[in-house]
Amino acid sequence: MKELERARWRCRRGLLELDIVLQRFIDKYYTQLSEIELQQFTTLLDLPDNDLWDMIATRKEPEDGSLLSVLRLLQTA
Amino acid sequence: MAIARRKFDAVIVGAGGAGMRAALQLSEAGLKVAVLSKVFPTRSHTVAAQGGIAAALGNVTEDNWHWHMYDTVKGSDYLGDQDAIEFMCRQANEVVYELEHFGMPFDRLENGKIYQRPFGGQSQNFGGAQATRSCAAADRTGHAMLHTLYQRNVRANTQFFVEWMGLDLIRDEQGDVLGVTALEMETGEVMVLQAKATLFATGGAGRIFHASTNAFINTGDGLGMAARAGIPLEDMEFWQFHPTGVYGVGVLISEAVRGEGGYLLNKDGERFMQRYAPHAKDLASRDVVSRALTTEIKEGRGCGKDADHLLLKLDHLGADVINMRLPGIREIAIKFARVDPINEPIPVAPTAHYMMGGIPSNFHGQVVAPYKTGPEEVVQGFYAVGECACVSVHGANRLGTNSLLDILVFGRAAGNQIIEDLKKNPHHKPLPADATDKVLARLARLDAQKDGENVAQVGTDLRKTMQAHCGVFRFADMLKQGVTKIGEVAERVAHTEIRDKSRVFNTARVEALELDNLVEVALATMVSAEARNESRGAHARDDFPQRDDDKWLKHTLYFSEGRRLDYKPVRLKPLTVESFPPKPRIY
Repeated sequence: MKELERARWRCRRGLLELDIVLQRFIDKYYTQLSEIELQQFTTLLDLPDNDLWDMIATRKEPEDGSLLSVLRLLQTA
Repeated sequence: MAIARRKFDAVIVGAGGAGMRAALQLSEAGLKVAVLSKVFPTRSHTVAAQGGIAAALGNVTEDNWHWHMYDTVKGSDYLGDQDAIEFMCRQANEVVYELEHFGMPFDRLENGKIYQRPFGGQSQNFGGAQATRSCAAADRTGHAMLHTLYQRNVRANTQFFVEWMGLDLIRDEQGDVLGVTALEMETGEVMVLQAKATLFATGGAGRIFHASTNAFINTGDGLGMAARAGIPLEDMEFWQFHPTGVYGVGVLISEAVRGEGGYLLNKDGERFMQRYAPHAKDLASRDVVSRALTTEIKEGRGCGKDADHLLLKLDHLGADVINMRLPGIREIAIKFARVDPINEPIPVAPTAHYMMGGIPSNFHGQVVAPYKTGPEEVVQGFYAVGECACVSVHGANRLGTNSLLDILVFGRAAGNQIIEDLKKNPHHKPLPADATDKVLARLARLDAQKDGENVAQVGTDLRKTMQAHCGVFRFADMLKQGVTKIGEVAERVAHTEIRDKSRVFNTARVEALELDNLVEVALATMVSAEARNESRGAHARDDFPQRDDDKWLKHTLYFSEGRRLDYKPVRLKPLTVESFPPKPRIY
């Protein structure tokens, strides 16, 4: 219950850049994500703001390669 | 309805750098501390601070706190309180070394000392050569500080209430503050957090403007709570704008672009900055560039179908320079402006960045207000630090790198003051019978509202009104209309309606409550700006282009009740040194 709302709130970050990109991602992709992708998205959200932004800005790759599919979606959001 | 109640020695609202520095001081002293935060602490907006922390360590070039004090007083356009500024600059080295001991990963010089870099507005010898005063951890100083403080707090057993929102202050008949009411987002429950000391560290409120660099969480919750509880807001007309935000979204495009040779163009393709600053051109100070952009737009030389932005050109630098020196900027332009600056200019407009005003407090972190008998009476039990507070060390304009210093110095000072105050007042005062009446009425109104307005729509109108009428460059007629218009917005805020009335994780309710806070900040800003008939620091009036020390060397106090203004003198007398008398501010 209220998973979308929780996810939307956890996309509120310290960096405006992330706020905007994550909100776009939620609007565009969230409801289409598979269980596994939802899990990956949660893992990405747990990263510190700067690390997550560096990954979205393609300056850094995640150590866990399994996160790449959701990260690619975030990069296009 | 019975409301759950918990008791703490201290309750802190906000878990950014200021709140966590204060919490650490208290928890390490063995006090029982609760820290409330709407988001996980390390996701606070402090994370966005890149510039560094000002401290006259003198590790690279000679420096001392007195020079730093001069720069800060001058930067404030003489509106800063000189006792507080002396206090801050004198404590800078100590709080930086303390943070180093906490494990902050500062950049280092080869000799192992903390690396320092130059930053705008920092001088040697009272306005002489450039000083080298900023202590940084790469371009992640705020991020490193938050993580360092969070780890220390966890170790010190600070209790974090994550995804909790402060709702309202609890004051008794004497005006003493006895805690807050707060909403737990997960359950939708309202709780009373009773405390011997209540400290606000809720950060800024840049979201009152349509274009802002501030994160979405920066809705001025502490200011809204204070204003509703009868505490005035100080110097709210002073907002620092950054000249180059990405048009439409506000994301910051740093000065580095112009430093590398990028320049601004109007719709005629004219390099207009040479008209406003023949020498410095595009490298003129932030306020000069921001005003120039606004003037170009106002005089019809803006770009786009609404003629409401300018262009920042850097393609002439070539792909190699852009990719090597400005890769982050290119990424931001592609993502947020949908242009690749290697080929096309970036559409930009001024964007709100930092709030100099806030909850009036002294340099011990105590909130002070004109009630009882004096103009600056301590409000017992209430403290404020960081961007939500107005100490005032930034006066009419903040210097880069002074805000991270501000949160460390006054976070610690407030912690120390609370420890002392609790020795004198070791018991909780009884709560008044009506402690939760107002907040419950506000929540009940929201739940019962029929045929009300959509929160997002009213929020958008609020932000657009502020941007158009009270932006970086201010005009008498626009401000006058702005006061009326923002009053109309306030009326609509009082009648917002949410469709989702459920309890569990109701973000619609949270956003409606945030709007209650934003509107207090917006009203305070507009009313204060309309009244100040001078230009000083970040407050630039078209009709009063000069600073007027005879009439306006004073702090504004805005009271929510009656939307009334009052004023109080600037504290021109420092603690131990001679006062810096007002002089023209020329860089």
